Amino acid sequence: MNSILEQYKTVPESEVKTWFKAAPVSKFPENGGACVKVNDKQIAVFNFTAEGKWYASQNVCPHKMEMVLSRGMIGEDCGTPKIACPLHKKTFSLETGENLNGEDYSIAIFPVKIEEGFVYIGTH
Amino acid sequence: MKTILVIGNGMVGYKFCEKLMTKTNGVNYKVIVFGEEPRPAYDRVHLSEYFSDQDAERLSMAPRSWYEENNIELITNERVTDIHRASKTITTISDKEYTYDYLVLATGSSAFVPPIPGIEKKGVFVYRTIEDLDATMSYVEEIKKNKSDGKAAILGGGLLGLEAGKAIIDMGLETSVVEFAPRLMPRQLDNDASKVLQRKLEGIGLDVLLSKGTQNIEGGDAITGMRFSEDEVLPVDMLLVSAGIRPRDELAKTCGLDVGTRGGIVVSNDMRTSDENVFAIGECALLNHMIYGLVAPGYDMAGVAVDQILGGDSLMPTSIDMSTKLKLSGIDVASFGDALNEAKESESIVYENKFQGIYKKINVSKDGKKLLGGILVGDASDYNMLHQIFLNGMKIPENPEDLILGARGGESASFGSALDLPDSAVVCSCEAVTKGAICCKVNDEGMTTLKEVAGATKATTGCGGCKPMVTDLINESLKAQGVTVKETICEHFDYSRQELYDIVKLKGIKTYAKLLSTHGKGKLGCETCKPVAASLFASIYADTGNDHNVIQDSNDKFLANIQRNGTYSVVPRVAGGEITPEQLIVLGQIGKKYDLYTKITGGARIDFFGAELHELPLIWKDLIDAGFESGHAYGKSLRTVKSCVGSTWCRYGMDESVSFAIEIENRYKGLRSPHKIKGGVSGCIRECAEARGKDFGIIAVEGGWNLYIGGNGGATPRHAELLAEKITNEEVIRYVDRFLMYYIKTAGPLVRTAAWLDKIEGGIEHVKDVVINDSLGLCDQLDKDMAGLVNAYKCEWKEAIENINEQNNRFAHFVNSEESDDTIEFVALRDQKMPKLWA
Ligand code: SRM
Ligand SMILES: Cc1cc2nc3c(=O)[nH]c(=O)nc-3n(C[C@H](O)[C@H](O)[C@H](O)COP(=O)(O)OP(=O)(O)OC[C@H]3O[C@@H](n4cnc5c(N)ncnc54)[C@H](O)[C@@H]3O)c2cc1C
Ligand code: SF4
Ligand code: FES
Repeated sequence: MNSILEQYKTVPESEVKTWFKAAPVSKFPENGGACVKVNDKQIAVFNFTAEGKWYASQNVCPHKMEMVLSRGMIGEDCGTPKIACPLHKKTFSLETGENLNGEDYSIAIFPVKIEEGFVYIGTH
Repeated sequence: MKTILVIGNGMVGYKFCEKLMTKTNGVNYKVIVFGEEPRPAYDRVHLSEYFSDQDAERLSMAPRSWYEENNIELITNERVTDIHRASKTITTISDKEYTYDYLVLATGSSAFVPPIPGIEKKGVFVYRTIEDLDATMSYVEEIKKNKSDGKAAILGGGLLGLEAGKAIIDMGLETSVVEFAPRLMPRQLDNDASKVLQRKLEGIGLDVLLSKGTQNIEGGDAITGMRFSEDEVLPVDMLLVSAGIRPRDELAKTCGLDVGTRGGIVVSNDMRTSDENVFAIGECALLNHMIYGLVAPGYDMAGVAVDQILGGDSLMPTSIDMSTKLKLSGIDVASFGDALNEAKESESIVYENKFQGIYKKINVSKDGKKLLGGILVGDASDYNMLHQIFLNGMKIPENPEDLILGARGGESASFGSALDLPDSAVVCSCEAVTKGAICCKVNDEGMTTLKEVAGATKATTGCGGCKPMVTDLINESLKAQGVTVKETICEHFDYSRQELYDIVKLKGIKTYAKLLSTHGKGKLGCETCKPVAASLFASIYADTGNDHNVIQDSNDKFLANIQRNGTYSVVPRVAGGEITPEQLIVLGQIGKKYDLYTKITGGARIDFFGAELHELPLIWKDLIDAGFESGHAYGKSLRTVKSCVGSTWCRYGMDESVSFAIEIENRYKGLRSPHKIKGGVSGCIRECAEARGKDFGIIAVEGGWNLYIGGNGGATPRHAELLAEKITNEEVIRYVDRFLMYYIKTAGPLVRTAAWLDKIEGGIEHVKDVVINDSLGLCDQLDKDMAGLVNAYKCEWKEAIENINEQNNRFAHFVNSEESDDTIEFVALRDQKMPKLWA
């Protein structure tokens, strides 16, 4: 079960080796999320249209290991962009991956860039 | 100025420096620290994390600059080789000499390697330093390069061994844990707990071998196997030894300090060794004939030594807490106090659930008044609270089993709130932060978040095990302060739901972005205010779940209830519960076609479970083609109007309850509200439809219908109260219209009619006045608003299917692939299926 979590490690922007071309921007709901298949992994991408920002994280929620975070709701917590899991509303910072409810588990996050109307996800 | 020399820059040696600096601000003492390792002190407790990120920086207790800023001379890579007590000097490996006034030994321990023949072979490692991990990792890589099915073993099934085992599995080798004792974690667990843990570990792929004494390490130059007996050999390519620790007392021995027969530098409870100018702290110190192999007691020792040097009189407490929680994500194991009932002073209460892999045991004093210890495997969520109850000798419930089973039958939880702890309770043992200190930050210094409190007190920054309890303390202190006096929606809106309802309606606001920019704060909002806004747009403009999709709550977003494994349920409307044999057959066919788990709900209709996201539109297309509509089982909206068969068939029936239930359900279907709404219509006072347990209940009596409102089943059952007696069908509908509309306008988010009626000033009499006597002059408006909503009804699933386009299909699992989610797993259940259980 936890081997799923081991597959997802935060990739700092400085360590990006490959930018994975995900899909056109138009495929991602405004102010919402969608899931991208990156090889055998599932990455949730969030389009913060109101701020013109994009974030990406693992799609699996570390609370119960379900592939659901892209279906959650985005928002902010005292200025920190966050995602709330649709299953039990655990919330995670999309800047650091940290759990914002004070629990132990956190999520891996990935850099996103937009080029010529396409969304790219930074991977190792 | 006096000189303090610290030998050993591990966790405890560092903590000594930190505490000394806090107390003296770095003046009066010259401090020199010697560390044998190449880098400054790091967090050994979280050493395993290095396996996954190889980030030594992250483990660091403090950077070199910290030592400089505090005028501490830190000399790493330099082992101290001799102590000359007569001249109060020490010498180091490079033959330098230093003089001390006080000497602090914080030399820690080394891994104990049992003298098994062959243990010196290549491929045998220990698990103590970053260098050990580097060596282990590169050997694993080598094994993986040379063979595809490399195997590893861990010698020792204790706390560290299991952590190491998990790390090696994650590196990709098949791994066995070999334990001499007949159970895992023999110092913390009993046999039954060990069995439950063993099954959990096997579940993550860790092989467990118990009662195995290793006679010999096989192989030539490098290890190839472990021999347990004449004819039992476990072939392995590497071995990690985790068989206990040995205090590093070699320096103490050679300079004539007292050491224990089985090792360890003897100290008294002021942390002085047999030489009053020499202290020993941490894992090298033998206190009460014990080596305390945990970091928290080591930190306490550091504090005592600092205080003693500064002339204080603190002493180590007489009993030292050895409670532990295993840090394997996903596997809950904890034990506290006298877990094994070694003192034989207690009676045990045990709860075991083999199906879910849960084992809980508590040891209670013979008089039933005190909690003396316990073990939790599989579900350690109550560990913090139980641990506190034990530590503080708090009163336990009359039925001690409530501690592990929860209070059954009563309203409240068995052990109240974290606020009940005494102020002196140490909540974060790594940093010795008390409950009082945490609450003080909230109550006196105005802090409101975990981040602030952690920054100010260091609580939660050690092992992190206390995070849930610290979070509780902060939240409950805030609550006790009445911080949410005004029932505002959340940090983004300073309005109550009722105020927002009026704002949206009066100003004609139609989007969340507009509402936030004109009446809220920030640009993004959150998961609390967004669904409230969506619900308001639905209740005011009859917008559906398809509109404003990204602000809809989880279930409304996909017009289906999300289930345990991320699949969904499908509930078509069956108004009043009346269904034809043809409809039943169609439902059966659809259930079969999509292989859905099927059951009859408590709301008297049919629920299909296990639909994957991308299947929802397909299933609904079939249902709609067969004449079904959305049942809104996912919405804060009308659910069902339950009926009894009534005068149509029943010999006691006073009126046609089925016909009326169907009419009413169809009238309010799709109506969205602060919480869900359920109705019931019974044909007589025998009340087979349980109408008085519903938000509105209608019961046929001699001379008309009695109308009741504000009933609730669920968590806090409440019988509905009589609103009007012996009224006609038309009157029922008029009053229900007004009552629902008044509730929709005035209730808080997620407040059901029962709680709303309990809270509203004047209670049922007030509602009667408003909806029957028009005391507020609202009735016209309420009638009009409801008529508007009823007329605007459309089946939102029909709407959803019509609007799906290939470009943007919100029901696709991936945006860049047609594939479905291959992580979803089902297992068989009777003749159907169910999601795989959560670990
Ligand atoms: C399916 C069903 C159980 C079943 O298999 O029978 C069910 C299932 C759920 N109920 Fe229920 N409730 C179901 C009938 C009931 C009933 C019985 C009834 O309606 O007569 C009650 C008690 C009556 C009442 O509501 O007053 C009931 C009281 C609750 C409550 C407690 C509400 C309360 O006011 O205390 C919740 C929690 C909540 O809504 O916050 C809840 C929540 C849920 C949720 C939505 C939990 C969740 O968020 O996932 C479940 C998901 C359903 C799904 O995926 O389809 N369910 N639930 C029943 C669906 C009825 C239907 O046809 O729509
Ligand atoms: C993998 C792992 C997981 C653990 N998990 C937990 C846990 O979950 N909870 C818990 O409470 N504890 C845990 N521990 C135990 C905890 O790490 C120790 O209790 C703690 O590190 C002890 O601190 P210390 O300073 O006494 O010893 P150490 O941290 O061992 O530091 C001693 C230092 O002194 C140096 N030294 C020794 N002799 C000399 C000399 N002659 N000259 C110069 N330097 C010298 C050593 O090289 C070492 O750097 C764990 C330990 C390990 C290895
Ligand atoms: S009673 Fe609880 S478990 Fe059962 S369906 Fe309702 S919410 Fe789910
Ligand atoms: S599964 Fe995500 S919060 Fe529970």
